[in-house]
Amino acid sequence: MRNTRHWGLTMSDSHDELNFWRKYVFSTDHKTIGIQYGITALVFLFFGFSLMMMMRWQLAYPGQAIPIIGALLGDTFVNRGAMLPEFYNQLGAMHGTIMVFMGIVPLAVGAFGNFVVPLQIGAADMAFPRLNMMSYQAFVIGGVIMLLSFLAPGGAASSGWTSYAPLSDIATSGQTWWLIGMIFLIFSSLLGAINFIVTIIHLRAEGMTFFRLPFFVWSQLVTAFLLLLAFPALQAAAVFQLMDRLAGTSFFLPSGLVVGGEASAAVGGGSPLLWQHLFWFLAHPEVYVLILPGMGIVAEVIAINTRKPLWGYRSMVYSLVFLGFMSFCVWAHHMFLTGMGTTMSTFFQITTMIISIPSVIILSCLVISLWGGSIRFPVPMLFALAFLPMFGIGGLTGLPLGLAVPDVYLHDSYYVIGHFHYVVAPGTIFAMFAGIYHWYPKATGRAMNESLGKLHFWLSFIFMNGIFMPMMFEGMAGVSRRLFNPEVYNTGLGAHGLTVISSWSAWCLALSQLPFIYNFFASMRKKERAEENPWQATTLEWATPTPPPHGNFPSPPVVERGPYEYSVPGAASDFSPQAVKQGV
Amino acid sequence: MKDPQYGWWLPPDVSTNGWVVDQLLAIIHWFMLALFVGWGIFIIYCLLRFRAREGHSAVYEPIKAAFSKWLEVGVAVAEGVVLVALAMPAWAAIKNITAEVPENPVIIRAVAEQFKWLFHYSGKDGVFGAIGSEFISTDSPAGVDPDDEAGYDDFWVYGLHIPVDRPVITRLSSKDVIHSFKIPVMRLTQDAIPGLEIAVWYQATDTGKFQVGCAQLCGLGHYEMKADFVIHSPEGYQAWLDEEHAALGFDDE
Ligand code: HEM
Ligand SMILES: [Cu+2]
Ligand SMILES: [Cu+2]
Repeated sequence: MRNTRHWGLTMSDSHDELNFWRKYVFSTDHKTIGIQYGITALVFLFFGFSLMMMMRWQLAYPGQAIPIIGALLGDTFVNRGAMLPEFYNQLGAMHGTIMVFMGIVPLAVGAFGNFVVPLQIGAADMAFPRLNMMSYQAFVIGGVIMLLSFLAPGGAASSGWTSYAPLSDIATSGQTWWLIGMIFLIFSSLLGAINFIVTIIHLRAEGMTFFRLPFFVWSQLVTAFLLLLAFPALQAAAVFQLMDRLAGTSFFLPSGLVVGGEASAAVGGGSPLLWQHLFWFLAHPEVYVLILPGMGIVAEVIAINTRKPLWGYRSMVYSLVFLGFMSFCVWAHHMFLTGMGTTMSTFFQITTMIISIPSVIILSCLVISLWGGSIRFPVPMLFALAFLPMFGIGGLTGLPLGLAVPDVYLHDSYYVIGHFHYVVAPGTIFAMFAGIYHWYPKATGRAMNESLGKLHFWLSFIFMNGIFMPMMFEGMAGVSRRLFNPEVYNTGLGAHGLTVISSWSAWCLALSQLPFIYNFFASMRKKERAEENPWQATTLEWATPTPPPHGNFPSPPVVERGPYEYSVPGAASDFSPQAVKQGV
Repeated sequence: MKDPQYGWWLPPDVSTNGWVVDQLLAIIHWFMLALFVGWGIFIIYCLLRFRAREGHSAVYEPIKAAFSKWLEVGVAVAEGVVLVALAMPAWAAIKNITAEVPENPVIIRAVAEQFKWLFHYSGKDGVFGAIGSEFISTDSPAGVDPDDEAGYDDFWVYGLHIPVDRPVITRLSSKDVIHSFKIPVMRLTQDAIPGLEIAVWYQATDTGKFQVGCAQLCGLGHYEMKADFVIHSPEGYQAWLDEEHAALGFDDE
């Protein structure tokens, strides 16, 4: 047993009495760090969403004073309560940055990965607990820098979350803060990625072979490789851009720029497209980072609530690995309109079509898994089921964008915004909700209220679609994204009704989160304790005491079978746990 | 002249190439709809038929191997069809749009800057003066060499005027940051990138007055970086050219 030594170490650790700071703030316990990540990420998500709600006001009622909040903002942001274009651009860039790098990634990887992975593989903790703590701290520092950047002269970064050069090179100092913040966030993800890879490869319990790993663990493993291999490109690009801004280099500045009628002082000779290549080399794998952990959660929840094995588990795993690999070969489909030649665009169109195959296989396997089940509908299952068609819409609408000809029309329109939000909002966010409702009883020892959960689900489902479906039509009508006032164009005038529907849905979506927030906090104080295995699940995290103590398992588990042995003919109950007996 | 109707769906198409885009959009969306509805029906059927209830239990055995193989092959074939039937024609269509350089084109330079589009016409001689960013000044926003005779009759305006039924090549460049040249009624978008000159061609099938927009975030004024896009009849175009020439003081010729 290769991990005995590790067990000895952490188990003895757990006997020490830890003071408050060591226990809750500077903890090295993966579960505490997971919860820290989760709460911080949820706060950032809500913040990012609030930025969007202000933008939605400006879009629906251009030039009118923002109710309540408008009066509170300084006059660098608003004029008599009405939003200024500079503020709109800051909100847009920061919404994207916060949602992607400070919301979803930390929630999907930092929170769920940290909390669940060691439990599911039967480990006592992550391989490098202190590195884990550092990863969280780097994330918080990066996040705080991002938020403080709103106070910089000229406000926060305003060149979009993509920070295309040369615009970003010549932007106000908020962009410098953005770059420094990103460097911390990337650093955090890299530390986390190494930790996950080592943990999953080295700390699996006895008998936990690779093909006995729950699909969720697989999704985290592939995600960790994506982070590790893709982020360095953006890290380098961020340093280059920082040097362009601070040290007078011209990595991304071509010769002969004339800005605002003045010849630029930069030496020139750089390439604006270099930034795009480096950025998208990260950012396409990044979109899989945003979705794969969600797919992992959905797979777990579906297997448990259909009471039968996942259909095609192995092909799902192979598809996942292939998907991870291919995600490094499609980045330039974001750059069809930069004037690339036919050979290049053909290559990237073909790789893009190829990469859709594994996604289709995974989704099909999840759907076919429903067949022959005995399907229960607790709240996590509702979110997981809704994930399927929502992610389906997101994936399908990627098709026309991946083909250069329709992309000529749809590029940089609201169609794109609708497309990727279907992937990350009703897609990933629903998967995240499924995960929260699913593992909450394990993490807190209390169950969440089912009726409030159902209310939360149905309202969110309706309004999510209310927000993003109109965007598809706006995009078709030719409305561009990132417009402070879409009514300037006659395409926007025609589609204005859709904008209003979308905005009202966004505000209603915010209200729909109230039952969730209440449920989340109130359930913790409930007297009655949740069962240790409330969903009658097979994977190892349900074999621990609730909540799991420091060191997780009273003694190392020994795994005897695959992760999804439900309704096995002749078995005593309709689920056969992965580890029945415990090792010594 | 087409009346520009803008609503919740595609705006009018007045270009020779637009139908390729529209047709592909239509085919792909029908395909997507079919897949979505098919899956949706399957999911709903499963949820009803296999819901947990008294006397019903799950089946451990996976669905028959033959069925699963058939399904996986089906998925692969469908993807193959997408690739061959959609992506390849799309590629051919692209070649059509960008590779075949048309005869007797009108050539116009479009120079983007924060936050306007400048259109540079070569004038009567049909030849542009030498261009360089060092020549850019308030008097010469298009950056034409003042000593180059070919540039004497060049002129520039802030709206795009083209004749109907004649191919137009637009050579796009940018002075400062990346912009994107977007004309919805032409089904055309192309980034304008500083340091590069990128040509696009298109041809109008009807006269009318529309808009050129910017589709790439280029700063504070990005949202209002639009220009008029006027498609003239051949005579109307000539009249417009003559008028611009007269404004330059060439009317004595
Ligand atoms: C659920 C609530 C959400 C709403 C209502 C929302 C709405 C929007 C809208 C309307 C835009 C376009 C802004 C514009 O064109 O000016 C936008 C942009 C964006 N959103 Fe969201 N969004 C939500 C969640 C998310 C999530 C969860 C993510 C990421 C994981 C995300 C990532 C982005 C990104 C990257 C952009 C592009 C920003 C840019 O243009 O630089 N959003 N969002
Ligand atoms: Cu991509
Ligand atoms: Cu622009």
